[in-house]
Amino acid sequence: MIKVNRKGEVWVFIEQHEGKLEDIGLELLGRARTLGNELGVEVGAVLVGDNVKSMAEKICHYGADKVYVLENPLLGHYQTNSYSKAIYDLIHKYEPQIMIFGASACGRDLAPRVASAAKAGLTADCTDLCIGDHEVKKTNTVHKKLLLQIRPAFGGNIIATIINYDRWPQMATVREGVMPMPELQADRKGKIIVEQVHIGNDELPLEILNEHKREKKVNLKASRIIVAGGAGVGSKENFRFIWDLANALGASPGATRAAVDLGFIDRDHQVGQTGTTVRPSLYIAVGISGAIQHQAGMCESQKIIAINNDPDAPIFNVAHYKIVGDLNTVVPTMIKSIKARV
Amino acid sequence: MTPKTGNLQNKTANPNGLVLKPLNKEVKLAYNCVVLIKQVPDTKKITGEAMNDDGTVNRGALPAIFNPEDLNALELALDIKDQYGGAVTVITMGLPSASDILRQSLYRGADEAILVTDRRCAASDTLATSYILSAAVKKLDYDIVLCGRQAIDGDTAQVGPQLAEKLGIPQVTYVEELLSLDGESMTARRNIGNGWQEVRCEMPLLVTVIDEANEPRVASARKLMKNKNALTPVEVEVSARQGNPDASAEKIAELVKRKTQELQENGLLIKQWDLDDIEADLTWCGRDGSPTKVHRIQSVVLSAKDSKFVEPTEQGVADMIHELISDKTIS
Ligand SMILES: Cc1cc2nc3c(=O)[nH]c(=O)nc-3n(C[C@H](O)[C@H](O)[C@H](O)COP(=O)(O)OP(=O)(O)OC[C@H]3O[C@@H](n4cnc5c(N)ncnc54)[C@H](O)[C@@H]3O)c2cc1C
Repeated sequence: MIKVNRKGEVWVFIEQHEGKLEDIGLELLGRARTLGNELGVEVGAVLVGDNVKSMAEKICHYGADKVYVLENPLLGHYQTNSYSKAIYDLIHKYEPQIMIFGASACGRDLAPRVASAAKAGLTADCTDLCIGDHEVKKTNTVHKKLLLQIRPAFGGNIIATIINYDRWPQMATVREGVMPMPELQADRKGKIIVEQVHIGNDELPLEILNEHKREKKVNLKASRIIVAGGAGVGSKENFRFIWDLANALGASPGATRAAVDLGFIDRDHQVGQTGTTVRPSLYIAVGISGAIQHQAGMCESQKIIAINNDPDAPIFNVAHYKIVGDLNTVVPTMIKSIKARV
Repeated sequence: MTPKTGNLQNKTANPNGLVLKPLNKEVKLAYNCVVLIKQVPDTKKITGEAMNDDGTVNRGALPAIFNPEDLNALELALDIKDQYGGAVTVITMGLPSASDILRQSLYRGADEAILVTDRRCAASDTLATSYILSAAVKKLDYDIVLCGRQAIDGDTAQVGPQLAEKLGIPQVTYVEELLSLDGESMTARRNIGNGWQEVRCEMPLLVTVIDEANEPRVASARKLMKNKNALTPVEVEVSARQGNPDASAEKIAELVKRKTQELQENGLLIKQWDLDDIEADLTWCGRDGSPTKVHRIQSVVLSAKDSKFVEPTEQGVADMIHELISDKTIS
């Protein structure tokens, strides 16, 4: 662990796969920028891999003041031990006050290992990060300008704000899609710092035999309108309603975990805590009860329409347009009404 | 299953990772598995009654269950034992009531169960928890440490990787299928969200297991009959007190001693360790050992600012669509 270091930078781990930057790291730079401005410190991006320096410039366009490039042929493939060792050493050298990781499969594997080695605190799956003070009543001390790490807890039934005032860096992970992508500023420049890293064989305990990545069947994050169906839709055949309404609106179909588990639609369409987090202009929730895990993935939508025959369904708490009725009649009515307009 | 050597012998370190040593002549065929399990409140069953007025959760109002993915981890360990031999030990850190999931593990086929319980564990965050668990695991002889990917009360998925770091062993997270064990390494398939990856990793190692990995077995009737009276020392004490509310302290101590002895003789005393037993350094345990602290807890009341009811009629729907077109939500 490192000591409280008020001059420390705000760092973001930048995820890349075979030379391609993943969205998540760039999204986090947006928030890191805000945090850095508030604290009056620079934003550093940590880029790890083999032959990755060429990506550094682009990272500056998204808000980084500095890019730390950790290059080594042995870092060509992600491995927990080698990456965490490289990052841990960098933390000790520069003592950042904050470090944020994406809560991706890679980030959730890596961040805890780094935090454990650094003996620092880590908060998983934050839905918001900001700066604030914390008072310790017992000792009558106020810790100023800490990272407030806000996350749903207890299956999403409460929102907890977590802080770490003594064993830094303050570390957190954030899911993809939770923070909006910052605007690209092509004229923005930053410092590129190439660091030597030594990787020993001890840090490479894995042999990667085979890997298969598949493209998602749908890009929910990029959709302006999402029509999502839940268990209430009733059957795969009936899910036609969701596809038809989506087609009429030029929207993407989404779903709850219950609908996915029932086999109505592919898992790629799942919205929520364990699915995709979305923030479209319009989200239409059809036959969805509005469990907190689902709401976590869609409540930031600009407009929400909910169609449910149970007036007490929790989804109505977040809906702008509440339609209490049977989806089997309401959805066809909507399709008709939309088609009549265009 | 025959051990696979593949064509590993002649490789050197490469970007894909260190190449494993060639196999020993004597292939180890039995593996000691240690499974870390947790008792959690059933967060799926949260209703209005389980929420306190201040927005916190009333844990007492929720049923306590075996964390679902820990059951998948236990199943994988039992599977390894069935296929290759060896022993399965389960450990939980928790309140005395967590003895229950230890018994459930014995019913399913675990060979030994250990409760790590100590007041000084209270308020441990994931870092302190993984430290305490590592101190317990270090007392054991192990080849493979298994954890569920995450617990449903926190969903952090941090304890597995942190425990691996504390033990100084590699981790293979999100395991969906174990492909083979060859005495020195494990080959497994990981689910990496947008695809999968097959990796081979030297032992000892830690794996975290996801729910797609298997279908956890149910309790065996025979093992249930055999172990249903198994108790942890702390449970013996509690039941002695409850059964004899008016008895003196000496009397209780006497009863406890007799009962534990009897259980011990019948192989029904579940092992129990406190922080001294595992030689944990208290600076890394409990509240003091936890860098993360709670700043604030709020209950979730998400509400839309301007919301309205729309009649489920043609007119109602048409008006809504019209509004959405005029504010350019729909083009
Ligand atoms: C750790 C964890 C993670 C999770 N992650 C996610 C996640 O990422 N995404 C997710 O969605 N869920 C997730 N869940 C599951 C979540 O808790 C809910 O179980 C799920 O969202 C419920 O889906 P649903 O609304 O489709 O089904 P239900 O809760 O069964 O609701 C169906 C609704 O349809 C309505 N209905 C029925 N018939 C009609 C009709 N004819 N007309 C109109 N309405 C009708 C009913 O009134 C009801 O409100 C997670 C759970 C856990 C524990």
